Amino acid sequence: MVAVDRKFEFELVSPERLVLSEPVDMAVIPGSEGDFGVLAGHSLVISTLRPGVIEVWQGEVVTNRLFVGGGFAEVTDTRCTVLADEAIPVGEINAAAAHAEYERLRGEFDEADSEDAKRILELRLAVAEAKVAATGKPVH
Amino acid sequence: MPSLKDLRNSIASVRNMRKITSAMKMVAASKLRRAQEQAQIAQPYAERMAGILSRLSANYVATASSPKLLTGTGKDHVHLLVVVTSDRGLAGGFNSNAVREARRVIRQLLADGKEVELLTVGRKAKDLLRRDQANRLGKTFEGIGSKRVAFSEAEGVANTIVEMYEAGEFDVCTIIYNRFKSVISQVPTATQLIPFALPTGATKAESHEVRPVYEFEPSEDEILAALLPRNFAIQIYGALLDSAAGEQAARMTAMDNASRNAEDLTKKLTLRYNRARQASITKELIEIVSAAEAL
Repeated sequence: MVAVDRKFEFELVSPERLVLSEPVDMAVIPGSEGDFGVLAGHSLVISTLRPGVIEVWQGEVVTNRLFVGGGFAEVTDTRCTVLADEAIPVGEINAAAAHAEYERLRGEFDEADSEDAKRILELRLAVAEAKVAATGKPVH
Repeated sequence: MPSLKDLRNSIASVRNMRKITSAMKMVAASKLRRAQEQAQIAQPYAERMAGILSRLSANYVATASSPKLLTGTGKDHVHLLVVVTSDRGLAGGFNSNAVREARRVIRQLLADGKEVELLTVGRKAKDLLRRDQANRLGKTFEGIGSKRVAFSEAEGVANTIVEMYEAGEFDVCTIIYNRFKSVISQVPTATQLIPFALPTGATKAESHEVRPVYEFEPSEDEILAALLPRNFAIQIYGALLDSAAGEQAARMTAMDNASRNAEDLTKKLTLRYNRARQASITKELIEIVSAAEAL
């Protein structure tokens, strides 16, 4: 059983910078096949991510909520590395801009004619939707 | 013998030139600092990515369902060369070095009986290669990183290339860019990106017993299929960042030289100006003296 006070190294990197690197107690990660919580001593996993929010726990409180637009997570027993396509603290998301982006993509999606374009827009739409949802005001 | 007025004018214009070159040097120096910082903060992602890929590959066995980016098309007939330069000149040999390296690689590939296609990033690569390689020149990108290189720009280039690859337009992709070695040295480098070579060899056999066994969510192949294009984009991004930093470094060096040359030239011209001035004074004196004596 994992001791409660054991921390592990959590790292969140986006292509343009190292967003967060600190010892944490728990991280909840939006895996593409469902959210999973990581504690120290976790088994080895490599997973893809879906657009969503990573919660970083120190003790009993969430100290950081970070939006990621997809990516990968590698978990070992002492470390958790998240390679995010886009990473931004939830508090810094501009809710209005995120909403406008969603509406714009929605419009483009409805007008797209080829299957390929639809497929790509669908992915971007999912990211935009998750971003809006992360601000706490869902689109629907 | 140029007149005094001509000399004065050329001294003034060389001085002005020096003002411009030294201003450009300062601008390049501050842009270089920014470009280097950017390259540095992009480093962790590339490192972690390489780390994950090497751990993945430690026990990866290629199968029929492996991603094409990894295994290749099974041929190496058509080569795509991605040539990266800057949009703007006045950076010494920076752009011509990259293009010369590209021409060398093209000659070599053609000699081996391969087909070559070109994709350029940066206006200079397009302009220089259009002269003699126009028939091979395909897509071109311009205006990337005019302020700073955004990852989305690199991703755009990468996606275009991956789409071409999936459409079967080429078998091997090599990128040619100026690697930033130091402020005074940028090395034109050719790196093969597709098919991606997983780090293999000795470590694989040695770590056979103790190698960590990862769980994959979803399957290993699906993760690789998502990771490899990402990694490809990251490598393009890294090359663009290196090239951007190298451009500023090369420009800084070139402008430093130009400023120094202008200074030397000013000195030489001033000397000639003073000599000519003294000669004309002497001449006038002789005229006055000899006129007085004749009276």
